[in-house]
Amino acid sequence: MIPELGHFLLVLALCVAAVLGTLPLLGAHQRRREWIVLARPAAQVFFLLTAASFVALGWSFYVNDFSVLYVAEHSNSLLPTVYRLAAIWGGHEGSLLLWMFMLSCWTVAVATLSRTLDETMVARVLGVLGLVATGLLLFVLFTSNPFERLLPAAQEGRDLNPLLQDPGLVFHPPMLYMGYVGFSVAFAFAIAALLSGRLDAAWARWSRPWTLTAWIFLTCGIALGSVWAYYELGWGGWWFWDPVENASFLPWLLGTALIHSLAVTEKRGSFKSWTVLLAIGAFSLSLLGTFLVRSGVLTSVHAFASDPRRGIFILLLLVLVVGSSLALFAWRAPKVALGGQFGLISRESLLLVGNVLLVVACGSVLLGTLYPLIVDALNLGKISVGPPYFNTVFVPLMAPALFLMAAVPLARWKHADVKDMARRLWIAGALAIVGAIAIPMLMGGWTFLTGLGTLLSVWIAASMILQMIARLKSGIPPLSFWGMQLGHLGVAVFVMGVTLVGGFQEEKDVRMEPGDIVTVGGHEFKFIGITAVNGPNYKAARGEFQVIRNNVPTRTLYPEKRTYVSSEMPMTEAAIDPGVTRDVYVSLGEPLEGKAWAVRVYFKPFVDWIWGGCLLMALGGICAASDRRYRMRVKAAAAARTTALQGASS
Amino acid sequence: MKAKFLIPLALFGVLVAFLAVGLTRDPHEIPSPFINKPAPPFKVAQLIKADDAFSPADLKGQVWMLNVWASWCVACRSEHPLLVQMSQAKIVPVIGLDYKDKRDDGVKFLAQHGDPYNLSAFDADGRVGIDYGVYGVPETFIIDKHGVIRHKQIGPITPESLEKTILPLLAELKKES
Repeated sequence: MIPELGHFLLVLALCVAAVLGTLPLLGAHQRRREWIVLARPAAQVFFLLTAASFVALGWSFYVNDFSVLYVAEHSNSLLPTVYRLAAIWGGHEGSLLLWMFMLSCWTVAVATLSRTLDETMVARVLGVLGLVATGLLLFVLFTSNPFERLLPAAQEGRDLNPLLQDPGLVFHPPMLYMGYVGFSVAFAFAIAALLSGRLDAAWARWSRPWTLTAWIFLTCGIALGSVWAYYELGWGGWWFWDPVENASFLPWLLGTALIHSLAVTEKRGSFKSWTVLLAIGAFSLSLLGTFLVRSGVLTSVHAFASDPRRGIFILLLLVLVVGSSLALFAWRAPKVALGGQFGLISRESLLLVGNVLLVVACGSVLLGTLYPLIVDALNLGKISVGPPYFNTVFVPLMAPALFLMAAVPLARWKHADVKDMARRLWIAGALAIVGAIAIPMLMGGWTFLTGLGTLLSVWIAASMILQMIARLKSGIPPLSFWGMQLGHLGVAVFVMGVTLVGGFQEEKDVRMEPGDIVTVGGHEFKFIGITAVNGPNYKAARGEFQVIRNNVPTRTLYPEKRTYVSSEMPMTEAAIDPGVTRDVYVSLGEPLEGKAWAVRVYFKPFVDWIWGGCLLMALGGICAASDRRYRMRVKAAAAARTTALQGASS
Repeated sequence: MKAKFLIPLALFGVLVAFLAVGLTRDPHEIPSPFINKPAPPFKVAQLIKADDAFSPADLKGQVWMLNVWASWCVACRSEHPLLVQMSQAKIVPVIGLDYKDKRDDGVKFLAQHGDPYNLSAFDADGRVGIDYGVYGVPETFIIDKHGVIRHKQIGPITPESLEKTILPLLAELKKES
């Protein structure tokens, strides 16, 4: 009964979304107030219906209802409760329902938090979101219904893929989707602005906190995915340039360009059509990512079952959404008035260069991701593009962007004083050169790449910290200042982590018998032995390793080789001793003859800085999004409304 | 309308064209190197009559099917009823290959779910599976009268694949001399 109810609620949600996607937009066009005011309540009802449907699927998982096909395929009665609930998004159908649920959350958030925005604009924004929701709900209901029954019911579920049985599954997909889907709000604002012809600073100010919030979620989501891959896959890597990873990284790159471009549009009124294009692009890439992941046109470690019908449906949706928005852009954007003029060297021009670099980087990652598909489509054979391509293309594009990053906050709008900038930057430059020579030498040897990485990292970090000190002398700066500084500092920390782990990690693959010792990165690892242990739904061989530093045992690590009962799938659980300056990482390979095992030991200097940097970036985003001027407007507008109401009643 | 504002739309059009063509291709389709090659010979004990052996040479001159299964394999349970139906129709001999299994578990599985096989060969350590390039259970091979592999089904047999591929092929092979 509950699954049918969930299904029915989803159909109702489709009906409401269809109303939301048509009447308010038409109303805004024809100035019919009674249709315009429908937008908010429709958005709220849409949210309630989608949320209830989502809960219904969650309930089916919770009570182990294996008469629901999707539950039978992705759960098992032995599965711990938290994973049973996270298994909602462990497969295709549920992931899409999560997508829908997130979209409804964003929609209701816009409806609730935009009290001060004028009604027509709200109607347009919510209407666009309603149209997107309608398209995706049709997709869910017609090709990927999670509530489909399995009759007769299965006795036992097939179980969740063991790779996914990890806290990572609980947090990573919701965060990522929240970010992905969040760009739909920036998109809706852009389309609404194009429709109304009102592309102004107010529009930029409105979409900025929304875009930032989506970007924060996406940043955290990608970072979490990277951490998960690092400890769960047991290869010790943190980024693989896998098509699915790229699918999340592409909107991030464009989203990063967008938040910077929005800043210019808000402050200076420039880059309007460029900003709109970026807003359309970021959301289009989110949709494209969904297409790539869900249609199975590309092979990936995230191997999902593919269904050509789904592929065609998403492609059609993509054509409709992106095609019509780009056509609207081509039609309306030329009419947009130009913003303020700016000099050859100014904050605007520097931000534009950074923006172009980000977009080009995004384009080259997109090309690399789609290249196998293009080559296959042209009948040139089947190939795959690996990390060498991405690293060769990405690093030279990002290096100048990182170089500019330290200088841009010092540049003035309209016209920058280069001499003044140089005077304020020379200390950071000197520190960067010292750091670029000293840090790699201390770590074990200078190479070009480690030199470049540390140079850029120290350059940005020193510049940001010096700017903060200088700024604090003239009073407490607003939150948006801290946002910028922390975000950029995060990039510096990230770059340092990537450089040091890339240049100085050590790895050993050895055969070990109990009692053997292997030395990696100054740490000795003593293999004590293997014991058999039983988990809730798996059996495992647990290894015991003593980490010895200067003849003193410091820690014991317990890597596991698990075999899951229901799927017989072997899984490697690496054991990690994390630290600020290094991780040591042990994972079990295969059992060899006698009591010997193949063992992999890694020494990863500064690897946690990669995710620490991402966290700082996200923190910067939070500061920027919660700046006073966004909240002030809300309060001021609320006050204005109260006054107006009082005026009307008296 | 200025032309430069149409550039994004044009680029998107090109992208869609490639995506559309890409949809018609299957990146997972790896041609099996075993098709049209003689079935690798082996000789292993049978599952139920543990004292008797089985070798593909025993079936020379007949069209037959080799179905790789195991008691621990969940997907095998979904194709099992189809195999039982097929064996009742007595179209061709169906030989099971119980892959990386325990003998008791395998026998119990067949007792519970029905035994569609003329006999099952017992591949306890998976050696035969390696020779046949098995990388997932279930897999099904169709072997012709000359002992040549003519078709390989990866994953469970579905009513659709049975109807559209397997049965027509079997009928055709039986006509060959």
